[in-house]
Amino acid sequence: MAAISARTFRPSAGQRRVAAKLLGALLSLAFVLVFNFFLFRVLPGDPAKNLTRNRLVPAEQVQVLRESFGLGKPLHEQFATYVKDTLSGDLGISYKFRRPVSEVIGERIWPTVLLLGLSTLLSTAIGLWIGIRGAWKRNSVFDRVSLGASLTLYAMPEFWLGIILLIAFGVGVGSFPGLFPTGGLSSPNTQLASMGGIVDVARHLFLPCLTLTLAYIAEYALVMRSSLLDELGEDYLTTARAKGLRDALVLRRHAVPNALLPTTTLIFLNLGFVVSGAITIETVYSWPGLGLLSYEALRTPDYPLLQGVFLLFSAAVIIANLLADLLYAYLDPRVRTG
Amino acid sequence: MTQPTIEEPLGGAPQTDTTVPPSLPPQLSPKSIVRARRRQAAGRAWSEYRRNSIGMVGLAILVLFIAMAVFAPLLVPESELDVTKATGTPFSPPSAGFPLGTDESGRSVLALTIWGSRVSLLVGFLASVISVVIGSVVGIVAGHYGRWTDSVLMRVTDWFLVIPFLPLAIVLATVLGPSLANIAFVIGITSWPGTARIVRAQALAVTSRPYMERSRALGAGDWHLITRHILPNTVPLIFANTVLIVAVAILSETTLAFLGLGDPLRVSWGSMLDSAFTQGAASIGAWWYLVPPGVAILLVVLAFTMIGQALESVLNPRLRGR
Repeated sequence: MAAISARTFRPSAGQRRVAAKLLGALLSLAFVLVFNFFLFRVLPGDPAKNLTRNRLVPAEQVQVLRESFGLGKPLHEQFATYVKDTLSGDLGISYKFRRPVSEVIGERIWPTVLLLGLSTLLSTAIGLWIGIRGAWKRNSVFDRVSLGASLTLYAMPEFWLGIILLIAFGVGVGSFPGLFPTGGLSSPNTQLASMGGIVDVARHLFLPCLTLTLAYIAEYALVMRSSLLDELGEDYLTTARAKGLRDALVLRRHAVPNALLPTTTLIFLNLGFVVSGAITIETVYSWPGLGLLSYEALRTPDYPLLQGVFLLFSAAVIIANLLADLLYAYLDPRVRTG
Repeated sequence: MTQPTIEEPLGGAPQTDTTVPPSLPPQLSPKSIVRARRRQAAGRAWSEYRRNSIGMVGLAILVLFIAMAVFAPLLVPESELDVTKATGTPFSPPSAGFPLGTDESGRSVLALTIWGSRVSLLVGFLASVISVVIGSVVGIVAGHYGRWTDSVLMRVTDWFLVIPFLPLAIVLATVLGPSLANIAFVIGITSWPGTARIVRAQALAVTSRPYMERSRALGAGDWHLITRHILPNTVPLIFANTVLIVAVAILSETTLAFLGLGDPLRVSWGSMLDSAFTQGAASIGAWWYLVPPGVAILLVVLAFTMIGQALESVLNPRLRGR
C-alpha cells in the first residue's frame, strides 16, 4: 500500500478515489431529488384536486391543501420546502391510505428485505457454484445444460415464471393439489411470533423466493462463468500448475479469488434489477412489501406514494453502488494502491 | 438509385470507363472504393455469421415471428380481437375451434397471441432505436470532445445507469400516460447508458489512433472526424449492441404492460399477461391463457440474445475463438 507521508498530508490516489465516489453518490442522490420535484410539478392536474377528487370538499379546504403543497409560491421556494421536508422524512400524504407516506413505507420495508435478502443469498451461492463448475469443465454436459438453462431463464419475464410456478405449486394442476399458499405473508389469524407462525411465513415465502432465486441465478452464473474463463487463460495459472499444485487447488486458491472480484461488485450493482423483480413478483404473490406497494400506488395512481417508493429504491441502489465501488477498491490491490 | 459506373473496383475485374484512356488505371472515386470495401466487409461478416449455428437458429426464430407480426391481418381477421364479437365461452380450454383456448371474454388466445406480436415487436424496435441513437450520440460526443463535455455527459450516464430501471420507468410512464409511443419513449430513455459507455470507450480508442492525428493535421474538422473515422469504426459494435437492446426492450415492454402501463387499446403479449393475471386466470388454472404469450416472449428474447452473441463473436475480434 502507498505509504501516507506523516509530515504533509496529501491524499493518496485511493483516498481521492473514495472521495470522488462519495461525491458522485451524493450528486446522484441530489439528481433524484430534483427529478422527483420536477416530475411532481409536471403531473397532469392540480395536486390538491387530485387528492380530493371524487369527494365533496369545501373550496377553503382545497385552498388549505394547496398552501400545504406550497403551490402558490415561486418555484425555488417550493423546491426549498420540498428538499427540507424530504430530508426530514416528510414525504407527503398518501392519496390511497390517507396516511403519511413515510409511515406506509415503513410498514412495508421488512417483507421486502426478507424476500430480496434471502433470494439474493441463494441465487448468488447457487449461481456462483454453477458458473465456476461450468467454466472449469468447459463444454462438458453440465456446462452446456447450465448455459442453456441460464439463457432460457434470462429470457423469461420473471413475473411470468412466477405465475407459472403459482399455478403449478400454489393452485394445483388437475387432480394434483397446490402445495403452497397462493399469496400473502401469512395465513389469517396466525401468531407471527410463534413457531407455527414462522413455519407459516416460510411456506408463504417459498414460492416468491424460489421465483426470484431462479430469475437471478442465470445472471450470476453467466458472469461468473465468463469471468473465470477470462482468468483461466492467464499465465499465473500455468505457473501454479507447473509448481505441481493440484488442479482443485489451482482453481480454489488462484483462479476463483481473482474471478470473484468483478462478480462480487456485480452482486451489489445488481440491486437495481433485484428491485425491479421485487415489484412484479410481490404483485404476483401479493407479498405485502414495497414492490406490491408500488403496484398499488401506480394502479391508483397515488403520486406521493409512488414518488416516495421511487426515492427509497433509488437511494438504496445508489448506496449499494457506492458500497460496491468501495468494496472493489478495498478488494483489488491495483485500485487500492492506485 | 444511380449506381456508380464502376461496380466492384476491388473484387471483380476492373471495368474500363469510356472516358478514361485504356493505358491509365480506372478512375475510382473515393466513395465507390469505400462503398465496395464496406460491401466486402459485410459479406465477410455474413459468411462468418452463417457458420455460427446458434446465431442462425436465432435468426430463423426471429424471421418467423416478424413474418407472423407482418402478416397478422392475413392469418387472423382483426374482428376476432373485438370483445363484442367474441364467439367462444369465457376461459374455455383448448378445443378444435380455439386451438389455444379463450380469454376472459371468449376471444381466441391464438388470435391475441398473433396480434400481440405486432405491438411487442414494434415497441421493442422503436425503444431500441431511441436508446441506441441517444447512447451513440452521447458516447461519440463524450469520447471525441473529452474534457468537461465528457465529464458532464458521463455523470448523466452514470445517473441513468445507477437509477433502478423499473421504478424510474413506472414513474415516467405514470406521468406520461399509457400509449404505445410513450412506452417506447420511456424504455428508450431509460436504457441508453450501456450503449453510451461502450460507444465512448470505442470512440476514445479510435481517437488515439495515429491516422486521426494525421487527419486533423490535414485540417479535418470535428464533423469530418466523427462521420468518417469514429462512426464507421463504432458501427459494428453499436449494431451488435442494438440486437441485445431489443431483447431487453421487449422484456421491459412486457413488464410495463403487465403492470398496467401499456397501451390500453392495443393487444401486446404483456397486456395479455396483465389481463390474464388481473382476471384471475392463475387462480382458476387457465394455463392456456398464460403460456402462449409467455412462450412467445421467451422465444423472441432468446432469438435476439442468440443473434446478439453470434454477432458479437463475429464483429468483435477480441472474442473470436472463444
